[in-house]
Amino acid sequence: MSLDPVTLSVIQAGLQQVCDEMDLSFSRAAFSPVIAEANDRSDGIYAAEDGSLIAQGSQGLPVFVGTMQESTRILVDRIRRGITPAPTPGDIYIVNDPYLGGTHLMDVRFAMPFYRDGELFCWLSNTGHWPDTGGAVPGGFSASATAVEQEGLRLPPVRLFKQGELDQEIYAIICSNIRVADQRIGDVKAQAAALLVGEERLNELLDRYGDEIVREAIEELRRRAATQMQAFIADIPDGTYSATAWIDSDGVVNEPLAIRLAVTKADGRLRFDFTGSSAPCAGPMNSVRATTLSAVYLAIRHIFPEVPMSAGAFEPLEVVGIAGTFLDAQYPRPVSGCAAEVSQRIAEAVFAALVAPLPDRVTAAPAGTSGNFALGGHDPARGRDYVMYQISGGGYGGNADHDGLSNGCSTIGISKAPPIEIMEQAYPVLYHRYALHEGSGGAGYHRGGFGLDYEVELRRGAARASFVMDHGRSGPLGALGGADGAVNHVTVWRQGEAYVPPHLSKDQDIPLGPGDRVHVRTPGGGGYGDPFQRPIASVSQDVELGRYTPQQAAELFGVAFTGTPPQVDAAETERLRAGTPAED
Amino acid sequence: MADSNSGAVVGVDVGGTFTDLIELDPGSGRVRLAKVASTLDNQAHGVLNALTEAGCDLAALDLIVHGTTTTTNAVLERKLSRTGLITTAGFRDVLELGRRTRPQAYGMKGDFTPLIPRNLRLEVAERMDAAGQVLVPLDEDGLRTAGQQLIDAGCEALVIHFLHAYANPAHEQRAAEILREIWPNDHITMGHALLSESREFERGVTAAVNASVQPLLDRYIRRLTDHLAQGGYDGEVLVMNGNGGMVSASRVALEAAKTVMSGPASGVMAAAYTGRRSGFENLITYDMGGTSTDVALIRGAEPTVSNEIEIEYAMPIHVPMVDVRTVGAGGGSIAQVNPAGLLEVGPESAGAKPGPICYGRGGTRPTISDANLLLGRLDPAGLNAVEGGISIDHVRDIFARDLGAPLGLDATGAAAAVIRMANTKMAGAIRMVSVSLGADPRDFALFAFGGAGPLHATALARELSIPRVLVPARPGITNALGCVVADLRHDFVSTINRPLDVLEPGQLETVFAAQTAEGEALIGKENIEIRGLRRLYSVDMQFQGQTHLLRVPLDRPDVGIETLRELFEAAYFKRFRVALEDIRANVVNANCSVIGARAELDLSTLIDRADRKATLAEAERSRRPVWFAAGDAGGGWHDTPVYWRDHLPEGFAIDGPAIVQQMDTTLLIEPGDRATGDADGNIIVEIGGAA
Repeated sequence: MSLDPVTLSVIQAGLQQVCDEMDLSFSRAAFSPVIAEANDRSDGIYAAEDGSLIAQGSQGLPVFVGTMQESTRILVDRIRRGITPAPTPGDIYIVNDPYLGGTHLMDVRFAMPFYRDGELFCWLSNTGHWPDTGGAVPGGFSASATAVEQEGLRLPPVRLFKQGELDQEIYAIICSNIRVADQRIGDVKAQAAALLVGEERLNELLDRYGDEIVREAIEELRRRAATQMQAFIADIPDGTYSATAWIDSDGVVNEPLAIRLAVTKADGRLRFDFTGSSAPCAGPMNSVRATTLSAVYLAIRHIFPEVPMSAGAFEPLEVVGIAGTFLDAQYPRPVSGCAAEVSQRIAEAVFAALVAPLPDRVTAAPAGTSGNFALGGHDPARGRDYVMYQISGGGYGGNADHDGLSNGCSTIGISKAPPIEIMEQAYPVLYHRYALHEGSGGAGYHRGGFGLDYEVELRRGAARASFVMDHGRSGPLGALGGADGAVNHVTVWRQGEAYVPPHLSKDQDIPLGPGDRVHVRTPGGGGYGDPFQRPIASVSQDVELGRYTPQQAAELFGVAFTGTPPQVDAAETERLRAGTPAED
Repeated sequence: MADSNSGAVVGVDVGGTFTDLIELDPGSGRVRLAKVASTLDNQAHGVLNALTEAGCDLAALDLIVHGTTTTTNAVLERKLSRTGLITTAGFRDVLELGRRTRPQAYGMKGDFTPLIPRNLRLEVAERMDAAGQVLVPLDEDGLRTAGQQLIDAGCEALVIHFLHAYANPAHEQRAAEILREIWPNDHITMGHALLSESREFERGVTAAVNASVQPLLDRYIRRLTDHLAQGGYDGEVLVMNGNGGMVSASRVALEAAKTVMSGPASGVMAAAYTGRRSGFENLITYDMGGTSTDVALIRGAEPTVSNEIEIEYAMPIHVPMVDVRTVGAGGGSIAQVNPAGLLEVGPESAGAKPGPICYGRGGTRPTISDANLLLGRLDPAGLNAVEGGISIDHVRDIFARDLGAPLGLDATGAAAAVIRMANTKMAGAIRMVSVSLGADPRDFALFAFGGAGPLHATALARELSIPRVLVPARPGITNALGCVVADLRHDFVSTINRPLDVLEPGQLETVFAAQTAEGEALIGKENIEIRGLRRLYSVDMQFQGQTHLLRVPLDRPDVGIETLRELFEAAYFKRFRVALEDIRANVVNANCSVIGARAELDLSTLIDRADRKATLAEAERSRRPVWFAAGDAGGGWHDTPVYWRDHLPEGFAIDGPAIVQQMDTTLLIEPGDRATGDADGNIIVEIGGAA
């Protein structure tokens, strides 16, 4: 080896900074709040020959950890095969086709060739979530879509910028097919400008260290990332670890979908075998190959956050058995739920399988749903239409160190939920409650965190409510003797009558009038370890704080209470925890 | 009224480890300094110790300006007064639920303790809508019951926080009026009082911070002023706020949340002051200590201020504060070789205990400070003072074993690698801070202070293409100096939220006029003489549909719509290199800072002229071999002169390699760089400026 490890480390940090700066530039200049506020975007550097990941911004949305590599890989392959025109300097390709290394249609990828002395050196690429790409419903999450055409405009890789100039003809086609098109030019320019920032910074890095040194460093870093990942997975004893995670339904056919996972550790590698998972589904809860791979990678990264992202880190991880299942859907299966929901359930299966061999690192399952509630209607007071999105968090899983966090962000996201006051300013709604979902944390030695309990009323005009959530049928999985977290509940109150969606967590276009209310309780996290071993003082505190009722504490944790305010009944607790039957 | 302009002024800053003090007497030119251990259980002892140590005559002092970490520590350690919350029915959990986040992007662990526990968060019936219309009247009986319940539960402070109180504070005001009748003290904070902006979590946390530190700060300030009075002091005590301004001790507890993070802010104020006097109005401040490094940006001699600071995970304090970013590495950051065989420096830190190996407090893992020692940058003779007999050979052995062996380097090579990696990381972090604030580091000078700042500053400047480094006369007491030079300052933010083209003529001017009047009234109440008022105006703007704001400074309050548009578009293009002529702009906030400037202080006395030697040769204390890098690879030992800062002659010029040492810090001048001094005793290092 000719490169010293210190230069390697310095170049690695330099490549990382190039990507971090692209992330920052993209977010700050973007118009879409999904990008600017929720950081639903990612930027990275990819290899010229095969699109494999060289470095990726540390503040990118986790679900993109593996998709952009797939997307660039497919682009490079299509160029080689002459399906997609070859690049010239200054070109930027746009693509959002889910089946070509994507997620859902709203995640739009840009890819720019990066040249040194006229030779292609690597690719710079980014993904940003556009607020709309056309299709049946604003925002693209149609719970009842049965084909991708109903979900929006699908773009194969085409050069949106040619030699630095925006192709106005392609752009005009896009604008004619999406909603709120007039602001998109701001996002398009921000997304392209981020790549240009990356180009400038990467040129500086190469000028400083020399192209050959950096090229060598990239290869060596890739080898070493694989070594590093292997060092971490060496903690897992050889063997096979299985788990099954469930999706409530696909939104069209009311049957649960199974993700059956067997993880085998052997020869320093991890093989993720999804054989036996459900077949492709009619509704939008399909995943595409790139998203499935990415979900596995992001779950592993949640477990080993120390390993930097690069293609090398993924090399010891092998994903098999997805062909023919809903985890590798083909055209024209609808896919809008893949990034927000299916990916989180795949991650849950990985957590549930690996918590036994890695009990200190892996948590019980987190709520794992993005909790999308969309309300679209007309506000007569302002004379205009609106689409409101309420995303919500849920409880995280208990773990070796502590109880799970309450109202945590989705596993695949890092975005904040909007404040109630902002929602009430912007839309004709009134919230009656925004509270802890009491009793929802799965019981355990370390219990799960609590979900969210909110109720919102439509104040005026007509509107339609849609839901894309999950875990309505079964709660997030408990671990090592811990109980599952509470399930997700949706109840719609129309003229005083309760309506529960037949699919529990998914529904579309439920008509609402003034005074009607939507009540959502999101899942709690899974419990970790035996709840009967939980310190009595901790259970007592939970009861004092109203997190569980005394009855729940007795049933779930074997701690009995008497009186008002409730005091621990030591004798009864001892009896409950010993499992002795009551005397009468 | 004390004549604060002619007598001696003391600045005393309590930090996590040390309490620093500086006394400036403009009349005699006398300067007194002290650095003593902080006494964190009662910071007043440390303050008094520092006064004694410096030999200050309390009866002769005119003004004491105090920076305290009382409130910051209380929040970070959750050692808070028992505080109750009364809020809108249905929303008591807002403070615990936050904004659905997690502490880090990757890793599903992490927990969060709300400032007020759930059993002390009570609800009453009342409701406003977003327009400030009453939907549910305030249940006054329920309110009294809730208040009594919190008193019975032993609460010392109270937060009243209702939804949409920023739009209509009537319910909060009425509730406070009612509860003042029964609440046993003054510690009632209304949610809208500190921050009248929408966003219930951020506003609620800000109010909860204020209430839960208020009794602590109140008691502490009383204790301190009592002690000072007993010592014969009869002047005013002012306390630093996080916005870099000060407020009198008698009123500081009212808005106690504003004192959070005041220590770092005062360091930045000192930098701005020092830089302005020396002709450096654009600075990146770089304060490297034992556990972390703070970075801030100063433009036109004004520190960047933000009203959206989050002091830790899910702990936003939305009052205007100097925007100081903590970027990780400190002298105690640990270096290790990861399983990929690559060198990592930080984020793990040896902290103050056990600290670096060379502290001799039981540290066994290599740190940045240890690397500086091995490379001769820190004085190896310093080890003699360490108890427990740490030898440089011991440090060298650990470097050779833990880092050198896996990297294929000797101990020196390993230490050089640690410094190179640390500088790469720090430079990257500084770059991200400046870019996120829309600045190119090349347009700034680097202001280095803190115990370890000057040791790394020239290398970082080189890495970032920053042309000059400014090292103040007394880098180790910069925060205390900030107290001495700070102005009276009040910041205001008013939400406008209108498209630029429908802004009413004169609307901005009216808002600015009201802000200015309030600020001037507040400054008028202080018992401090000022030499003039300054007013800074700016607007926060965005293109419609955008969520991020861009701050546009205005040089006067009466700008027309066309000018605003031009200023905004120019600022936007400069920042993002994107022109968006077809999209309308919004004016979101109008901001105004009213600053009561205190008398100019002469900093030239910070280094005593009498101590200066006639020649550079006389200022040289010793020589030792010091290791310097040469470009991106290699490097070597240089026989390096070590100068004593106080002995440097007037008009000196030093070409690197050289070391300038003083009481509490060491400045490293790399080969190729040239250092000169200015009238205030600052050292200016010109990167690549050697003859």
